[in-house]
Amino acid sequence: MKIHLPNSAFLGNIDPFLKSFDPSNKDELELTTNPKWFFVHPLILSMVAALGLLVGRSNIKCEKLESKSRHYLQRMGLFRFLGIESGIEVTEHEPAGRFIPLTRIKNSGELTRFITDMIPLLHVEPKQAESIRYIISELVRNVLEHAQDKNGAVVCAQYYKKSNTIGIGIVDTGLGIKRTINQSYSAEDDLEAIQLALTPGVTGTTKKEGGTELNAGAGLFFIKSIATINRNFFVIYSGNGMYKLLKSKSASRRVMLHADPFDDRHSKGIDFPFWQGTAVGISISLDNTPEFSMLLDLIRDIYSKAVKERKKLRYRKPKFV
Amino acid sequence: MTINLYKTIGSFAENKDIAKQLRVEEIVPALDRGEEVTLDFTQVESTTQSFVHALISELIRDYGNEVLERIHFKNCNETVKKIIEIVADYMQQSD
Repeated sequence: MKIHLPNSAFLGNIDPFLKSFDPSNKDELELTTNPKWFFVHPLILSMVAALGLLVGRSNIKCEKLESKSRHYLQRMGLFRFLGIESGIEVTEHEPAGRFIPLTRIKNSGELTRFITDMIPLLHVEPKQAESIRYIISELVRNVLEHAQDKNGAVVCAQYYKKSNTIGIGIVDTGLGIKRTINQSYSAEDDLEAIQLALTPGVTGTTKKEGGTELNAGAGLFFIKSIATINRNFFVIYSGNGMYKLLKSKSASRRVMLHADPFDDRHSKGIDFPFWQGTAVGISISLDNTPEFSMLLDLIRDIYSKAVKERKKLRYRKPKFV
Repeated sequence: MTINLYKTIGSFAENKDIAKQLRVEEIVPALDRGEEVTLDFTQVESTTQSFVHALISELIRDYGNEVLERIHFKNCNETVKKIIEIVADYMQQSD
């Protein structure tokens, strides 16, 4: 596999980066970077780290990095994570610079500890912290419960002063959404599987409305809704499919939630290089974080409508003869 | 019977394994004894839909909507209250 860190790859312009990923030769990972500088979203670092775990330290090739940006990779813990020499003199600092270095989470207890420890590092207000910990908890639990990846979930996050946003990347190299959702549904391709996974009340564990005792099929819909209300990017990449929730155009226009992710302002593709597992990235603006409870009112309305509509589709009309 | 959630789960109630454990080991036996159950959310700042689902969805399914007459949610802040309402809504709409 080959992965190249370009000058710039954030959620808004991530498509060329994803298209450049070469998934062939699954036993090796070759990491290259732009020689001058690079500036990338945490999703990308989590992807590189997850691939590194997959192939193992002895199968990672990484050229000697000359770019100044290599310090960023050092700070985010990528070299330590991959077990490769960075060639950088290290002066360790407390990670209080509003970032969460790359972390692997393999079980429920580790997740609980991670969430408790990470929020203080981001120095955000309580109402902003509420969305962030919600997103991380639900996404990582999805990995732990559904991905069947022995390496668990790889997570990192970074605050960006200029845009006043926090970027979060959560990645696994497990089953992928299509295999998970198709335990109960029959999505024809990865994009249809992503669409189903983002629809409220749809879970791979059952077709029954209301889900099972542990899964309702609501987690990803909640997260997409948080991103929609906050007017943020949200990317989900699995198999050959990629769905990107785009920022809504006008800040003054009232934001609408939709049960079908394809009714939201988005871009998508089904011809991306195959990602074994699921990679999710989100950027959360801290400028206009609405009250979390207000957001829940909107979610409640649309969720309820979606369930009613889905039930209505199964109604049978009386036959009058 | 009253269950203090903060003692078990802390200020962010998100661990659904613990939610299931509370349901199976404490709530269900209490309901089966004919008792009412109070879930005390004092000091719980927030929760997730997954946690609340794991805590109460199976109760609604097994005991019917009427079980909500026997469970009391105490000292919930706005966020916690709304997440409980969402789960109660969609479970009562389900098959």
